[in-house]
Amino acid sequence: MDIVVCIKQVPDTEELPHIRVNPETNTLVRESVKGIINPFDENAIEEALRLREAKGGRVTVVSMGPPQAKEALRKALAMGADQAILISDSSFAGSDTLATSYTLAMGIRKIGKFDLLLLGKQAIDGDTAQVGPGLAEWLSIPQITYARKIEVNGNQIRAERTLEDAFEMVEVTLPCLATVTKEINIPRYPSLKGLLSAKRKEVLVWGADDLSLDRKRIGLEGSPTQVIKIFTPQPPPKGEILTGEIPEVADRLIEKLRERKIL
Amino acid sequence: MDFTLSDDQRMILELVDEVCEKEFAPKADEISESGEFPSQNVKKLAELDLFGITVPREYGGLGMGYLTWTLIAEKISKACATTGLIFGANLLCTYPLGKYGTEEQKRKFLPPLASGQSLGAFALTEPEAGSDAGNVQTTARKEDGHFVLSGTKIFITNGEVADIYVVIANIDKKSGARGLTAFMVEKGTQGFSFGQHFSKMGLTALPNVELIFNDCRIPDSNLLFKERRGFKVAMRTFAAGRIGVGIGALGVAEAAFEKARVYSRERVQFGRTISSFQAVQHMLADMATKIEAARYLLYRAAWYLDRGEAFEKLASMGKLYASEAAMEITTKAVQVFGGYGYTKDYPVERYMREAKLFEIIEGTSEIQRGIIASLVLKEK
Repeated sequence: MDIVVCIKQVPDTEELPHIRVNPETNTLVRESVKGIINPFDENAIEEALRLREAKGGRVTVVSMGPPQAKEALRKALAMGADQAILISDSSFAGSDTLATSYTLAMGIRKIGKFDLLLLGKQAIDGDTAQVGPGLAEWLSIPQITYARKIEVNGNQIRAERTLEDAFEMVEVTLPCLATVTKEINIPRYPSLKGLLSAKRKEVLVWGADDLSLDRKRIGLEGSPTQVIKIFTPQPPPKGEILTGEIPEVADRLIEKLRERKIL
Repeated sequence: MDFTLSDDQRMILELVDEVCEKEFAPKADEISESGEFPSQNVKKLAELDLFGITVPREYGGLGMGYLTWTLIAEKISKACATTGLIFGANLLCTYPLGKYGTEEQKRKFLPPLASGQSLGAFALTEPEAGSDAGNVQTTARKEDGHFVLSGTKIFITNGEVADIYVVIANIDKKSGARGLTAFMVEKGTQGFSFGQHFSKMGLTALPNVELIFNDCRIPDSNLLFKERRGFKVAMRTFAAGRIGVGIGALGVAEAAFEKARVYSRERVQFGRTISSFQAVQHMLADMATKIEAARYLLYRAAWYLDRGEAFEKLASMGKLYASEAAMEITTKAVQVFGGYGYTKDYPVERYMREAKLFEIIEGTSEIQRGIIASLVLKEK
């Protein structure tokens, strides 16, 4: 069973206090912020590795991003992926989810035959959850979003989809795409042997010239979404603490609530 | 002397940091309270290949040396001293096997120890023999291609959970230390069973167990090194193991210092943080200095061991210094926390209880001073 996993390198949320938005360009200041594999994508890698352990086959991990995204791919190799491909080109800069899913789809076509395409349900930076569904459309394959459990039987995949207050069981014929939630598994740590051997494995890099692309569909030109403004939210104002005798404090509280028209 | 880390070491330590922070440290209090063997932590160590750090590649390990092992053990012990000592006790089995084992023994025992599929232990201590190793009462008598072991071991770290034991017994009691001989004994061998689990002041989840040999027959091929050379095997193993015990003490000291340092900047008395008082500052300065001093004694011992140079004196010095520093640092950490430090609401009282063990195991401080003195007096 050949599985392709798409991953994204995102800023480490543990470093959130250090993450800043450049107000002029409306982009994240990525320098000096540590990159990690998007946590939901780690679940997708783990699921792919487990399916490979059960059914055999290969796991190929793909990422679209700047050259430093190689680090994320190396970690995927250390976890046990067989092959890693970085889709990277300066002409891809400024891609929105439509252009990204198109570019990734063209990369996946170049990889060739696969049975299952896995992604995390969304990335923790943009939180759009659009690239997975977009990919399935470009590749004309069925999609299962928010999968919390996956079983493969022959050329059938059965998955449990997480809904707001229930889950849905769906069955689909392979090849198909699935996006996974964090409930699906607990991602493994890379072993030291995996870590050391990943260092020696090559990460393939494919640029725009390596893919059969419609140039109008990539980068800024291929991105109908326009970001008007990104800003660091102001911290909420500090609460006020009333002190004194209880009856007096209660009176002042009622007064304040009336002032704000809450009462 | 150069301790510059290679890319591989840096990468490994980063991963170990992540696992320690996310998996080991958050559970350390709970493990100590429940006293239950942390099998999940041991499984993690195995999955990460950490048990194979010093085991040569041809036997399924990573062949990375004792300095790397020491750096890893320091991090594990800082996060959870119990897990650190389980990790360390395993080395007391892989080290003598690697050094003295026959090719056949290495092929049989090292791969499962490296992968963590099997856990190792080392057994010398008895009710009447610890510091006085020559007084081991467990006997081994030869019988048609076998050795038959009889006797009792106590306090054995990793006892019962371990699968492979290096056991020191005497084949000729009247020769004392010159009769001692080392053997490989597997769990499940007939005549080999487990007795009392000792209940302790600290490190409650670390198994320290009684081993009982009741006419336990093991094949000749399980003789480790040579007959009558068990004392040498034990002394060399202890020497290497002292680096591990020292680094365990250092980890506890680092954890206590870190907690005290952070707390001193938060705790306000007389209208200012207690870190602004010179009395507290001096305590922190002494703690930090001793940690660095212990660290380099132990790193240097491990580095000498990797280079094949005489490391025994440094290992004893490192173990002695680190364990006494840990006792002092954890005691002072409790002092920095004041009344809160004596409560179970903060981990510093646990560190203080844990630190005491390190002044005792693998040769007491008094034994270490004896070893160091005899080595420096022998020098020209």
